[in-house]
Amino acid sequence: MADPAPNGLVRSLERLGNTATSKIWRLGFAARFFAYTLLHSGTAFRRFGLTIREIYFAGVLSLIIILVSGLFVGMVLGLQGYDTLQRYGSSEALGILVSLSLVRELGPVVAGLLFASRAGSAITAEIGLMKATEQIAAMEMMAVDPIARVVAPRFWAGVISMPLLAVLFSAMGIFGGYLVGVQLIGVDEGAFWSQMQASVDVREDILNGVIKSIVFGIAVTWIAVFEGYDAVPTAEGVSGATTRTVVTSSLAILALDFVLTALMFTGGNVR
Amino acid sequence: MAATPIVELDRVSFGYDAARPVLHEVSLSIEPGSVVGIMGQSGCGKTTMLRIIAGWLKAGAGRSTVLGEDLARLDDAQVFALRRRMGMLFQFGALFTDMTVFDNVAFQMREHTTLPEELLADLVAMKLEAVGLRGAAQLMPSSLSGGMARRVALARAIALDPQLMLYDEPFTGLDPISLGVIARLIRTLNDSLGQTSIVVSHDVEECFGIVDYVYFVSAGRIVAQGTPAELRRSSDAFVHQFVSGAPDGPIPFHYPAPAYVADLAGAGHG
Amino acid sequence: MRRSTIDIWVGAFVAAGFLGLLFLALKVGNLASFSTSQTYQIQAKFANIGGLKVRAPIKSAGVVVGRVSDIKFDNESYEAIVTFNVDAHYQFPRDTSAKILTSGLLGEQYVGLEAGGDAAMLKAGDRLRLTQSAVVLENLISQFLFNKAAEGKDGK
Repeated sequence: MADPAPNGLVRSLERLGNTATSKIWRLGFAARFFAYTLLHSGTAFRRFGLTIREIYFAGVLSLIIILVSGLFVGMVLGLQGYDTLQRYGSSEALGILVSLSLVRELGPVVAGLLFASRAGSAITAEIGLMKATEQIAAMEMMAVDPIARVVAPRFWAGVISMPLLAVLFSAMGIFGGYLVGVQLIGVDEGAFWSQMQASVDVREDILNGVIKSIVFGIAVTWIAVFEGYDAVPTAEGVSGATTRTVVTSSLAILALDFVLTALMFTGGNVR
Repeated sequence: MAATPIVELDRVSFGYDAARPVLHEVSLSIEPGSVVGIMGQSGCGKTTMLRIIAGWLKAGAGRSTVLGEDLARLDDAQVFALRRRMGMLFQFGALFTDMTVFDNVAFQMREHTTLPEELLADLVAMKLEAVGLRGAAQLMPSSLSGGMARRVALARAIALDPQLMLYDEPFTGLDPISLGVIARLIRTLNDSLGQTSIVVSHDVEECFGIVDYVYFVSAGRIVAQGTPAELRRSSDAFVHQFVSGAPDGPIPFHYPAPAYVADLAGAGHG
Repeated sequence: MRRSTIDIWVGAFVAAGFLGLLFLALKVGNLASFSTSQTYQIQAKFANIGGLKVRAPIKSAGVVVGRVSDIKFDNESYEAIVTFNVDAHYQFPRDTSAKILTSGLLGEQYVGLEAGGDAAMLKAGDRLRLTQSAVVLENLISQFLFNKAAEGKDGK
């Protein structure tokens, strides 16, 4: 008869191993699901109306929160940035500070996080509920591939909307920085824009920011559609899936941001 | 004259894993043009049988032949093609909540045919007329009652005139009037469209009223079969308990538990 | 029908996105300047380029006339070879000098060109002969200390 201590330890290890293998299995399943979605995206493009409808629900309806958040983030950047810069007599660099922070980092990342929590969770809940109310099964029964008809349009809508939202976030933020810096505080307007234009490069900064937001869009929407499709078809199952979407997407965005920033912006400093 | 059965299950077994067998050597045969009931308690395996017939689950053993095709030998694309000749009514309708009633019924036509919209409108009107809901074409599923939703789902399922109709618990949760309507629709549509129908249910009265033949399932096995009249006269204990709705019989009232007196006495001493 | 309203909104959304991108590219970034004008290349050698980076501006009289396109190290003369792209609109005399200057205290470094008096103009591929390296703070400080020490010795 084994005494309790090693037995408990063995059981915990077993449980840990089980969790690890099940997570890896799930990741593999998610990857296969992703590949299948991409392969069967023909319908999403041939009947583009389906995708347009999803762009409306994912992108257009997220506009308000993106624009307002962008404005506030830009304004705060303006305030905080001015406070720090004027200590070194460099308050004219405010334009550079606001624009580079937004275009390189805050635009793609914050817009991505907001998109994940608003549109990502909505997509997961919608697909999960369709699964729970047997609508997916009904579609399969009518010989219509639910992944081509339901999942793929939502995926591509997310990938298309995300960079647009990030760009609008950055633009709104720069405007907010301008409002606070130039109009409110009194930084020289000419210096604000000219220093910004001298330092922000279209290829290095803006384009890289757009690339980041496309990568985030792919990651977030993939997670959202997968969690919805894989949800347990009950109320708790759908709620768990939406929570997982938001958490996993947010972590993925932050991790990918680090990787992409290291690749794009350190100019070889990170060996 | 013996016609080829539309559905034939020959000693089909199925289990989600080896430890929990759901169906055990089930054999049934469904004649074309008939309405057949598969009845039994909740969890006895009748819905699983329906899913095997629909090609969702692959039987572990035995031969399943549907519409002349051996299900075990079909790949995914062929199963999809086979489903075009089948229709299924889900327990709660499973209407697409983001489309109107019209769009729901027109769904299959739009996905699988290239019919022009005017012709589509006429066809949808005909299907809705058959279930008595032509006037509700522009409503959204959320504003329909349970019975109406199920009727729309029925119209949607027969949109492409399938040869085989599968009904998963069509009578659950309906008021008496809707019950009568659905039951009558199942029979009339079957006869007028030349279909074959399988009705999975545990509502004895409604089912017996419309079916030609019944299979009784208990714990994954077929325990009785026959026409409704034969079954009403049956002396089989299970059939008798089911048909009369007696609380105790071969299906016990009590869930297995230790002896009552011992349980009470034990609880007293803690 | 609701379909067309959705289409309008999505169209507006995509258009707004592209406008935002255009705004960023033109008003915020440097797309408006220089990417399409003709340039010619000039080289200059510096003993120390300090913090000069590629794409730093080349200014003359404070006006941006070009950009640094390449910075290399010459292993024979142990000096830095800087290549500039100068806007084709501007011609400079052959004895123009190049200095590495800093814009403001924290500013980035740029190359300042001071036109000489030679009648002949620089052509593509020419090398500037007169250059002044960047001011390195440590050298300044050690020079200052050295001068101070020398002063002190003389005074005694």
